[in-house]
Amino acid sequence: MKRSNKPIFWSLFGAGGMLAALVGPMLVLITGLLIPLGLLLPTGTMSYDRMCAFAQNAFGKAALVVVISLFLFHGCHRLYHCLHDVGVHVGPGVKAIFHGFAIAGTVTAIILVGAIGWAG
Amino acid sequence: MSIPVTTSKTIAIECLRYNPESDTEPRYQTYDVPYTDDMSVLQGLQYIKDHLDGSLTFRWSCRMAICGSCGTMLNGVPALSCESFLRNYWPDGVRVEPLVNFPIVRDLVIDQTDFLHKLDTVKPWLIPREPRVLADGARPQTPAQMDEYYQYSQCINCLLCYAACPQYGLTPGFTGPAALALLHRYNADSRDGGTAERMEVINAEEGVWSCTLVGYCSVVCPKGVDPARAINQNKINSTKDYFAHLLMPRGREVP
Amino acid sequence: MTQRTYVRPTAGWWRRNGHYRAYMLREASSVFVTAYALVLLVGLARLAQGRAPFEAWRAALATPWALAFHVVALGFFVCHAWTWFAVMPKTLPFIRMRGRRVPDEALVAAGACAAVAASLLLFLAVWWTRP
Repeated sequence: MKRSNKPIFWSLFGAGGMLAALVGPMLVLITGLLIPLGLLLPTGTMSYDRMCAFAQNAFGKAALVVVISLFLFHGCHRLYHCLHDVGVHVGPGVKAIFHGFAIAGTVTAIILVGAIGWAG
Repeated sequence: MSIPVTTSKTIAIECLRYNPESDTEPRYQTYDVPYTDDMSVLQGLQYIKDHLDGSLTFRWSCRMAICGSCGTMLNGVPALSCESFLRNYWPDGVRVEPLVNFPIVRDLVIDQTDFLHKLDTVKPWLIPREPRVLADGARPQTPAQMDEYYQYSQCINCLLCYAACPQYGLTPGFTGPAALALLHRYNADSRDGGTAERMEVINAEEGVWSCTLVGYCSVVCPKGVDPARAINQNKINSTKDYFAHLLMPRGREVP
Repeated sequence: MTQRTYVRPTAGWWRRNGHYRAYMLREASSVFVTAYALVLLVGLARLAQGRAPFEAWRAALATPWALAFHVVALGFFVCHAWTWFAVMPKTLPFIRMRGRRVPDEALVAAGACAAVAASLLLFLAVWWTRP
């Protein structure tokens, strides 16, 4: 029997899933609800200047890339399986599209944090 | 079996019927069976065969949930008919169908050939680490060593887990819950040295990687085997093996 | 088999019982995990484009549609987290402490506690550095 390549994608899926389980809900709450509505946290918490400062240091860059990338790998892997589960015939081409999407998102995030530059 | 003449209650048992010699597709037939609250569904089927319709075909043997013969779908749920009771379906009645995800041979009997083939692929026997003779004596195990594999050894091959597993239905090449649980049962046994030989099945797409942890297999298992756990533990082992193989491509398998 | 066996179609399998529907709901959470990652990615792109584009993205986050999306996304993230830790014990070998097997419920509880702790830490970090 042919060895499957699933372990690579499953590892990324697992890492993304663990991250999403640990901090996902709070991230959505903070960035999507509390800050835009000014509840508990002022709306200026995510102002342009503050987010630039965040994205210009190493921790911020890493956090942005890791969260975006791992969430994408987790989501795309599961979405691919969802299609299979509802009976859509998913061959290697579809698999490449889903995982390619996550890879593209990761590369884009890396390029963007690079483009934002460093503080000072 | 004798039904007390004083019983006046009946329960409707609706059975899937399929005769390969005359039918192009299955149909349903309902029987009104005299009911007492200690009757199993199997006893209901036996009453039908003995008194109402001798052509109804179904498998059974031990009547005590150890042989694994009487697996059926009861109202769409995989169950052993010998340890399912009509009182839980009274008064609405119960629909009895053969286990899903298997071809129907006749009435409630399914074709298990695929499972038997899958079972062969996992080498479900002890493979000793080095050759032994009888004079070597017994191989003692501590309770902790036995605990590692004991629950997986309880499998009665009843195939309820295959009926529960949607991935087996969608991907018939999937080795499946019971076979993979038995594979793990041997890998986890301290007396066994055959893990490397079984890795090929584990690592394949048809091995653990078709499983998406729906988990229903472990819910329906009548013996507490927990095949979901057996399979998903081996995802980690398979991943370790994959990266070991990547870094040391001369085929040194991780035990 | 020499006679004609009958193979039943699998279509619609997931509608057949509660376990399957719960599984599909769990899997569907991936739609919102992906979507939220894309929201962040777009925000990052707007940040790189400059002040005005980023402020436009920030304003968009406060619109009713965006808020509704995040409420639904929050629900699905919680669903994901809950089901993630619920099945986590199945992916681990038996863990023994002081000779006894650690029960699955303890592992699930440990995972849930870790999530609560991580969430609190994240909130406090943002809270303490708020303007």
